[in-house]
Amino acid sequence: MSDATAEPDKISGPTPDNALRAGDRADDGPVLAADGTPLKRSLSRALRAQKLRALALIAPLLIFVLVSFIAPIFDMLFRSVENQIVGETLPRTVVALADYDATSDELPRDEVFEAAYYDIFIAAERKEHTRLGSRLNYEQTGSSSLFRKSGRGIDDIGEVYQDQFEDLDENWDEARPWAELMGDPDWIAAQDAWGGEGRMPRFELRDGISDLLPRTAETYQIFARFMQTEEGESPLEEEPWTVVHTALYQDLLAGDVSGYTGPRADMLVAADALVESPGFETVVFRDAFEEIDEDWLNPEIWQTIKTYSPTYTSGYFLNSIDMQKTPEGPALRDEDERIYGLLFQRTLWMSMIITFSCILLGYPIAYLLSNLPMRTANLLMILVLLPFWTSLLVRTSAWKVMLQQQGVINDVLVWLGMVADDGRLVMINNQFGTIVAMTHILLPFMILPMYSVMSTIPPSYVRAAKSLGATNWTTFWRVYFPQSVPGIGAGSILVFILSIGYYITPEIVGGTSGIFISNRIAYHISSSLNWGLAAALGTILLVVVLVLYWAYDRIVGIDNVKLGG
Amino acid sequence: MPDTSHHDAFVEFERVQKSYDGIQLVVKDLNLTMPKGEFLTMLGPSGSGKTTCLMMLAGFETATHGDIRLDGRPINNIPPHKRGIGMVFQNYALFPHMTISENLSFPLEVRKIGKSDREAKVKRALDMVEMGAFGGRRPAQLSGGQQQRIALARALVFEPELVLMDEPLGALDKQLREKMQFEITHLAHRLGITVVYVTHDQTEALTMSDRVAVFDDGRIQQLAPPDELYEKPQNSFVAQFIGENNTLEGTIREMNGDRCVVQLNNGDLIDAMPVNVSQVGERTRVSIRPERVEFNKDRLQEGVHTLKAEVLEFIYMGDIFRTRLKVAGNDEFVIKTRNAPDQVRLEPGAQIEIGWLPEDCRALDAPN
Repeated sequence: MSDATAEPDKISGPTPDNALRAGDRADDGPVLAADGTPLKRSLSRALRAQKLRALALIAPLLIFVLVSFIAPIFDMLFRSVENQIVGETLPRTVVALADYDATSDELPRDEVFEAAYYDIFIAAERKEHTRLGSRLNYEQTGSSSLFRKSGRGIDDIGEVYQDQFEDLDENWDEARPWAELMGDPDWIAAQDAWGGEGRMPRFELRDGISDLLPRTAETYQIFARFMQTEEGESPLEEEPWTVVHTALYQDLLAGDVSGYTGPRADMLVAADALVESPGFETVVFRDAFEEIDEDWLNPEIWQTIKTYSPTYTSGYFLNSIDMQKTPEGPALRDEDERIYGLLFQRTLWMSMIITFSCILLGYPIAYLLSNLPMRTANLLMILVLLPFWTSLLVRTSAWKVMLQQQGVINDVLVWLGMVADDGRLVMINNQFGTIVAMTHILLPFMILPMYSVMSTIPPSYVRAAKSLGATNWTTFWRVYFPQSVPGIGAGSILVFILSIGYYITPEIVGGTSGIFISNRIAYHISSSLNWGLAAALGTILLVVVLVLYWAYDRIVGIDNVKLGG
Repeated sequence: MPDTSHHDAFVEFERVQKSYDGIQLVVKDLNLTMPKGEFLTMLGPSGSGKTTCLMMLAGFETATHGDIRLDGRPINNIPPHKRGIGMVFQNYALFPHMTISENLSFPLEVRKIGKSDREAKVKRALDMVEMGAFGGRRPAQLSGGQQQRIALARALVFEPELVLMDEPLGALDKQLREKMQFEITHLAHRLGITVVYVTHDQTEALTMSDRVAVFDDGRIQQLAPPDELYEKPQNSFVAQFIGENNTLEGTIREMNGDRCVVQLNNGDLIDAMPVNVSQVGERTRVSIRPERVEFNKDRLQEGVHTLKAEVLEFIYMGDIFRTRLKVAGNDEFVIKTRNAPDQVRLEPGAQIEIGWLPEDCRALDAPN
């Protein structure tokens, strides 16, 4: 209460009056709020609380939509360019193919076959080679069986070496000697002490063994860790894969182990001597691959691997527009292999026909509804909405009953004598059936926005036009119709976008000539499992819709679209 | 059937009836004759049938019975667009997708008038309502008053002889409404057009019209020039509906030609002019305008009956004083006095005596 007695003009500090004075003094400075802070900052602080509260209110839904809708869609769309599988399954081959000229019709160097041997062997043990085969099969038919066959036959190469080493010394076929040769003594001790509970001690290479036997060390480490993690077996009890024997042969051939003094030195030196001996049987990788399958000597498979070796690829997108990736760059597919261009065209064209049919059928109904008294209009509106409450499958199946050759319509026409019994009309499993059924199913989506726009057009406009001398037709065309266009626009966007991605109805009544692009997408998702192609097709569909939406916005203006009120 | 049409009649309703549902008549036996160039207002509460009459004249509703004639021609079966009647709507009804010029040129286009003629007429019409600079705009870019002017110009641009206006100023604020009332009247008189104007605002009806038709219950209750309507209401509905009005109820005691004596319910006697009462003993409701009540004894005629009154409330309203009195048991009796330098300001609680000229006190029908 002391302020009340003090003279108000002599109070210093932030009071409303002082703030006003400060504001008056600083004409060109920022406008100040009552407490002296700049008005803008004060305002934004006041608004920030509101914005935060609004955000908090929508947060649950936003997060739900992000997690369950947006993120999966983007993840799915991302698959249209994702191509890690080749580089991950065949890492050595991809590196070895780096300087391979895919446009030449030659086979790659022997090093590539060697790298492929290691890659495919390890992939086969991990059971990943069939997945890669399926992936490459999208690009080159036969790849799937080629890889499956190779997975089975690839053991033969290493067995040649394994048998010879085994003949020299039984220990080369035993788990323990291998482990002592390759493994860290500490790890061996720990593995021995491991009682089967908890995690196995992770395999570690012995110091220096990588320098001595690089390939062997690498493959053995892969083998040992795979045994530990995937199979749950101790490397001390499992004899190594034959690929390790192949690696050992290559290391012994390339390096010198005479100075080696570590564990199992005698074994290693003896093996080295065996390898150097003239009677030692060896395998040429290229010949071995040829033996597995002659297709490996066809440059095409190597070109395909090389073309699809990058982590990201445009291949799926090229496929979805009837092109393919070739070593020379993108090229159009052969005439008889093109399908997606036709499907996209058909989808757009039929969606347009469906939209147009919906306008033709829906406009008079919407007009009638908006001009009837409320009670009658509501009653009729229930009839319009009735299909919404009926299962989509039921409605589509009903059309099947109606339209099929032994169906209701044909029966009536035959009974009336309008068509001959042997000349029954084909109205289903073709484009006609799809158009009829989808027009019926999507009609409410056209009528509702039209109705909501038309019911806001005051009857006085029509009366005014007539009083000004316009005939019924002129009144409709010049005055009523232009004002109902936003309703047509909204309905058309809705129907067109819905029909462009429609799946169930074309699937059931479309036959082969009446299916849409979405049916092909569904096929790739659930049958051929080529998700990358499905994602690429889906992305293209999404982009087409967005482009149409954008074009509509530019031409008609999205502000003119009224879905209600 | 005798020919009841007048030779100078431009618009005629003859025994017109209208029913929407076949049970109730919205318009009951309407007879109305309008000469050319008249500004006639249909006034009445909502549901009184005035708008229905307008719509029948425009052709948007058909009469259930009776004839409507325009310039001697029956128009019952002529569709609205061939009647050539201009119309102004309450919500303006300017076509939102057309510019102002296109709106105005619409009635000319449908009449197949040439382009140069059209442009000249549109320009003239826009100038007439002082909106010449707005031709290129859209209706939504104009204010309510501007839109109303354009609606007026559009109704006049094809030079109709009859213009109908359906509460055209209802959506405007008070000040603008008064300005537009003035403008519409002047325009109508200058162009010599016949106007049928529908409103529920009695001030508007009184200030604008040559004649006013007061509607109630599907009938015209009184059709008269504004002054006559105000000063000489024919029945108690009109008296009640037009302007402010004091009423007292009683019984006729004496009849002397155009004078009568009414005994009020509390026994007091007053002088009145019989309007639609004729017999002694008949129940009546007398009506006196607040500004015609006199409480200064010097200004009252000699020998007239006076009533005792008690002042209940004095309200200062600037140009006038409004005083509420208790008279013969009615405590809603109001008198209005001009704020003149010598005017007496009555104090609440004062006992005064009031009287009036007998011709200002009209003995009307007693409502049941």
